[in-house]
Amino acid sequence: MNEAPVYSPPPRHWTAAFGAGLLVTLTRLVAGAQARWVGAAPASTQRVYFANHSSHLDALVLWAALPPGLRACTRPVAAGDYWDRPGLRGWIARNLLNAVLVDRSSARGGREALTRLSEALAEGASLILFPEGTRGDGITIGELKPGLYFVAKERPDLEVVPVYLQNLCRILPKGEILPVPLLGSSTFGPPIRLDPGEGRRAFLDRARNALIALGGQP
Amino acid sequence: MNVLWDQQIIALLSGIVGLLLLGSAVGLVLDRSVQTDSGRLVVANLNARVRAWWVMTAVFVAALATGGIGSVILFGLTSFIALREFITLTPTHRADHRTLFWAFFVFVPIQYYLVATHWYGLFVIFIPVYAFLFVPVRSVLAGDTQDFLARTAKIQWGLMVAVYCVSHAPALLMLQIPGYEGENAKLLLYLIVVVQLSDVLQYVFGKTLGRHKIVPKVSPNKTWEGTVGGIAAATLVGALLWWATPFSPWEAAGIALIVNLAGFAGGLCMSAIKRDRGIKDFGTLIEGHGGVMDRIDSLCFAAPLFFHMVRYSYT
Repeated sequence: MNEAPVYSPPPRHWTAAFGAGLLVTLTRLVAGAQARWVGAAPASTQRVYFANHSSHLDALVLWAALPPGLRACTRPVAAGDYWDRPGLRGWIARNLLNAVLVDRSSARGGREALTRLSEALAEGASLILFPEGTRGDGITIGELKPGLYFVAKERPDLEVVPVYLQNLCRILPKGEILPVPLLGSSTFGPPIRLDPGEGRRAFLDRARNALIALGGQP
Repeated sequence: MNVLWDQQIIALLSGIVGLLLLGSAVGLVLDRSVQTDSGRLVVANLNARVRAWWVMTAVFVAALATGGIGSVILFGLTSFIALREFITLTPTHRADHRTLFWAFFVFVPIQYYLVATHWYGLFVIFIPVYAFLFVPVRSVLAGDTQDFLARTAKIQWGLMVAVYCVSHAPALLMLQIPGYEGENAKLLLYLIVVVQLSDVLQYVFGKTLGRHKIVPKVSPNKTWEGTVGGIAAATLVGALLWWATPFSPWEAAGIALIVNLAGFAGGLCMSAIKRDRGIKDFGTLIEGHGGVMDRIDSLCFAAPLFFHMVRYSYT
């Protein structure tokens, strides 16, 4: 177990700082982005947040729901094939969200992705993970991919906070380009930790049940 | 249309500010004197409500001061947010996505465009006819038949109650009342004052005298004492404000009574929806009150009745 340093986000150009503020406001306007801290209080300790995934807005909404101080040191882990594009989307991912972009396409990508996560954790950043790996139908919560387990195993000292994102699948569902401005919310549940000797399957099931307990459907 | 800042509208506004000062003073006194924990919660909520009333009054008066267009925009935004809260709480399917997009970004702007341009003939049928027919057609094209009637009905309900009904309040500005030209802003102010005062007075009478619940299964806070006392008092105020309207004192009393009864019915129906969905408030936007829909539930039912009573009898 190794203690990570306090994360210092990379210095930002004023356009990025301004853009980040604008993005938070826009996200709130479009998706509501209310935060409900029911099982965890906002804290600046290093954490791993994991949430259900049903919309391209998910990472944005969870990030915008965090208090500003936490937002600066929390990095969403996002799919490179969607976010790592030339133009505005890539600029937002890199400069505003400070996202950890991972490749989920190739077989080799998996190992590389874990390396990226380890690096970000070693720098002291908190992470936002979507362990379902791909967007679901927005109703049921799918099986969780092992990435979350590897992160918890590498850093058993970290709090792993389940976050249930509600209504995002109705605001911008799979396959739609135009959002409908309903009120989304992020519910932060009680943190879990990897128990000593707990296996991969058992931990991932427990994590999935934590999301279900916050309002998801099995 | 420009607002005429005559003595009557100044008198109405002074009265509102006086009431708000009174509310703040009472809140301050109660805050100092309250002893129990549960009492403290009620007083904290009361003070939050009064603070929110100051803000709502300021926004409304600022909108009124711009003449017609500010009021139309304010009520348009109110409708948009109320529809947002309403649809968020009523489950719709994936197949309704595009229909909802139309509801928010096409039907709401068009309805308020019709209000702004005083196009009465289309304003009064646009949502009940055209939006009503369009909603199921757009949803059926998406090909999902599960809960089809319930889904379409919910969207139609949302449009009717949050958009169509609410738009009748700023639509008062389009009425041509002989001998009352250019003074319609007072009519809008009168409606809002009577409806909201009725809510406040029902709350005050209910909290102080309320014993016997009317429909405990729907709304545990609505009591006979609160409702009758609040409606009677608000009707009396409505009658005493006749000088700001084209009505005689007795007409003002009758109209205020109908408006208050409609407002009560609106609050009750919206409570039933909330209870069915298992929630207390539609939203969290207005501190102490809940969502926008919680604040305007009585206005939704009162505004169309008031509009048509005035239109049939005074134009």
